[in-house]
Amino acid sequence: MTLSISLTLNGTSEVIALEDPRVTLLDLLRERLHLTGTKKGCDRGQCGACTVLLDGRRTNACLVLAVAQDGAAVTTIEGLAMGGQLHPVQQAFIEHDGFQCGFCTPGQIMSAVGLLAEGQAGDDPERVREGMSGNLCRCGAYAGITEAVLDAQARMTDDQRDAA
Amino acid sequence: MNTFEFLRPTTIAEAVAAAAVPGAAYHAAGTNLLDLMKGGVMRPGRLVDVNRIPGLDRIEHAADGGVRIGALVRNADLAHDALFAQRFPAVAEALLSGASAQLRNAATVGGNLLQRTRCPYFYDADSACNKRAPGTGCDARGGENRLHAVLGWSDACIATHPSDFCVPLAALGAIVEVVGRDGARDVPLNGFHRLPGHAPERETALAPGDLVVAVRLPAESAAFASHARYLKVRERTSYAFAVVSAAAALRMEDGRIAEARIALGGVALKPWRAEAAEAALADARPTEDAFRQAAEVALTEARPSGDNAFKIELARRIVARALLLAAAGTPERIPALPASPFASAPGGLVHV
Repeated sequence: MTLSISLTLNGTSEVIALEDPRVTLLDLLRERLHLTGTKKGCDRGQCGACTVLLDGRRTNACLVLAVAQDGAAVTTIEGLAMGGQLHPVQQAFIEHDGFQCGFCTPGQIMSAVGLLAEGQAGDDPERVREGMSGNLCRCGAYAGITEAVLDAQARMTDDQRDAA
Repeated sequence: MNTFEFLRPTTIAEAVAAAAVPGAAYHAAGTNLLDLMKGGVMRPGRLVDVNRIPGLDRIEHAADGGVRIGALVRNADLAHDALFAQRFPAVAEALLSGASAQLRNAATVGGNLLQRTRCPYFYDADSACNKRAPGTGCDARGGENRLHAVLGWSDACIATHPSDFCVPLAALGAIVEVVGRDGARDVPLNGFHRLPGHAPERETALAPGDLVVAVRLPAESAAFASHARYLKVRERTSYAFAVVSAAAALRMEDGRIAEARIALGGVALKPWRAEAAEAALADARPTEDAFRQAAEVALTEARPSGDNAFKIELARRIVARALLLAAAGTPERIPALPASPFASAPGGLVHV
């Protein structure tokens, strides 16, 4: 059974034929489309390493069936920088040492972009920590991650936050 | 994962017909289902995707204060619906205390009701589990069972229901709207989930093909809005299932409790409404003593199912504390750490 879906992937329209309905969005991105910035950590929705924006909302790509996403817009870490210019959240992670080994970082950054678009945390570090609790960091870079999110929040315009 | 047929019906009637065959399962977000399929715990031969059915994603507020929540409404959207959070603050707080932001963006109202237990022996296909494979026994008995049930369990199954959302829904008398092969019907949430008894594989009042289409909260449940809380003890600060949780709601009149609502989570295979404890508070003054006595009543029938006697005393304390917090009044904004005991004392503990 071949099922065909169309996706807007990092701003580009794609039509994808799926031979197997079991393919998750995560495996589609990594194995078929070779967008390996999105990481597979636990593959069970417990670590957040696979976080992408699905129709603008942060989501665990490992728990999403690709076949169910016909017509959706997906933004991955590869789609954040514009014209060689890092996204403000990417820049803030560098400036605040928001990572060590880097494995969880794409998921952390996509989650932070989603968090800022949601507009619920504001400049409250406790709300930022709670809002980022779906992204585990085994290196323990949480202090830098929180600072980076707060700094990006302060620097981004409303338009930039909504654009994600 | 086994392979499956993937169907995308666009009407409720088509979906019900497609899902009524053996081996079929509904798919909404898939946040629990895919996890179970990856582990081989569920092996549906057909997935009936309900995301293309129009009209199931609406939050319909009634002028009288009641609400009808479509089964496809996402947890985050419901929790952040301003009027919903104002009328049903304990429900919003419970939603925001569950899972992670990513999962709340995906997970649905209907799926939340139908999520499976998180008992590790249910999840491990090599363990004996009467719920997953009837008649094989229960490896949780005599196993790692400090988080298992203390109310309503049986020798066949000591698992708990993991939902936060369902706990205040039970307290507030929610109604589940179901459509099946014989048409539409209402099922009270308190009768929706079954206790294990001799047949823990039968988890709900649903028959094959039955589709949850909405959950309703009656108008009178909005009368608790100014004194309603959800409190949840977890083994880490956030992003964890409840060890024990409680929803408490009070309707106050002239400094006395006109009506109390209490339900517990993490203690049984269903959200546990504590009606005797509610009755004990009728016309009482909202004192710590009264709340402790009500908590005693709520746990009268509790007994350990293993290495979990601590949960009984913990549940008493959480019920009493949830009632104290409710009596103090619903906060203007949901705390930074929703439902957390670390966040409940104003000016109290600071979490780092």
